[in-house]
Amino acid sequence: MKTILFIEDESALQKAFGEILRQEGYQVVSALNGEIGLRLAKSKKPNLILLDLILPKINGFEVLKKLKEEEETKDIPVIVLTNLEGIGDIDKALEMGATTYLVKAQYSLEEVVEKIKKTLEE
Amino acid sequence: MKFKEVLSQLNIPVQCKKYGLSLWQCPQFLFLIMGLAIICSSLATYAIGSKYIEDPLLVALIVLMLSAILFIIAVIITRSFERLAEANRMKSEFVSIVSHQLRSPISNLKWVIELLMSGRISKVTPKQLEYFRILKENSGRMEELVSDLLIVSRIEQGKLPPKKEWISLKNLIEKLIREIEVFAKASNVKIEFNPEKNLPQIFTDPSQLKLVIENLLDNAVRYIKGKGKVKIKLEKRGKNLYFEIKDNGVGIPKTDQKYIFQKFFRSGNIMRQQTEGSGLGLYIARSIINKAGGEIGFSSQEDKGSTFWFTLPIK
Repeated sequence: MKTILFIEDESALQKAFGEILRQEGYQVVSALNGEIGLRLAKSKKPNLILLDLILPKINGFEVLKKLKEEEETKDIPVIVLTNLEGIGDIDKALEMGATTYLVKAQYSLEEVVEKIKKTLEE
Repeated sequence: MKFKEVLSQLNIPVQCKKYGLSLWQCPQFLFLIMGLAIICSSLATYAIGSKYIEDPLLVALIVLMLSAILFIIAVIITRSFERLAEANRMKSEFVSIVSHQLRSPISNLKWVIELLMSGRISKVTPKQLEYFRILKENSGRMEELVSDLLIVSRIEQGKLPPKKEWISLKNLIEKLIREIEVFAKASNVKIEFNPEKNLPQIFTDPSQLKLVIENLLDNAVRYIKGKGKVKIKLEKRGKNLYFEIKDNGVGIPKTDQKYIFQKFFRSGNIMRQQTEGSGLGLYIARSIINKAGGEIGFSSQEDKGSTFWFTLPIK
């Protein structure tokens, strides 16, 4: 069973995505802040990481940077799922190694799930 | 004021960018112009004074006094402009922060409603589905409003720089028509698109232009009551591409026409019909088109329909 790590501080989203992704046959591991997220990325070795950018303690960009620096996590695909879309945010995240950048307000739940499935298939 | 702050005040382009204002609306630039006006008027006073007044001391005193008065006026005027510009900047920043803060709970709401509607949690009865649809529609409206507010605050803060590339405007329009087709069919509206053949590509920001065309298309379809038709034209006119969208909708009353591109303005006749909308779409459209070096305009007759058009330089 493939594992998805979801680093997101909104518990409502954790719950909704957890539910839907488990139904799709994935194991979901949740982290409510960047620090826990980094720790779980190393210990659980997920197949995919869903990452919010506005996070307590360590922000998403820092998390992404550290994930891509570490030998054991650098090849895990990261989908950025955020409402941040300021100048340069998208380019910056993609340059740092994110696979996809999704602005929450622009996608439906099913569309995000489709993107996750597609990334895991690649 | 520290020396560094004084130096930064002297960097006029940076200061104007901070307020998101053009040069002729920027306090620092106006202050510079006032300074030049003071120097010129002082020289003119000296020239006239030395010709007609014999005592050179008196001439010098008059020039000094005039310069001092003009300088004080200049400082007062530019300071008040600066305060206004600062208040405007803070307002835009406030809107931006509030909108960002609102965006997350609205997205959460939207996705949880979608999850409930999908029947993945438990079986949904038709009655429940009907109410979920109302919730989804309303959260969608909130999301649109917040997105529009964010775009407006970015425009006003000068934080919406275009990312230009060569694109086919015809293809972009066709794609946007496809996206709105379901809504148009449900509203009994037929969309006709007649582009000129062999149109050149255009060097522009596709995501910003998408916002403009989406707004104009959405308005054209939305404000047709009952069966109707939307006709879109695209042609080359000199060094520009000309886009036109014509509907046979409710039109804009003559008294409202001069306000139509203002922020939050919604025409009286559409307010009566309770059509959705934030009143920001046309303001956003005009800002984007003007910044891209084009022009935008319309003609309209109440109960007959409206024709909106814009031009864009090819490169």
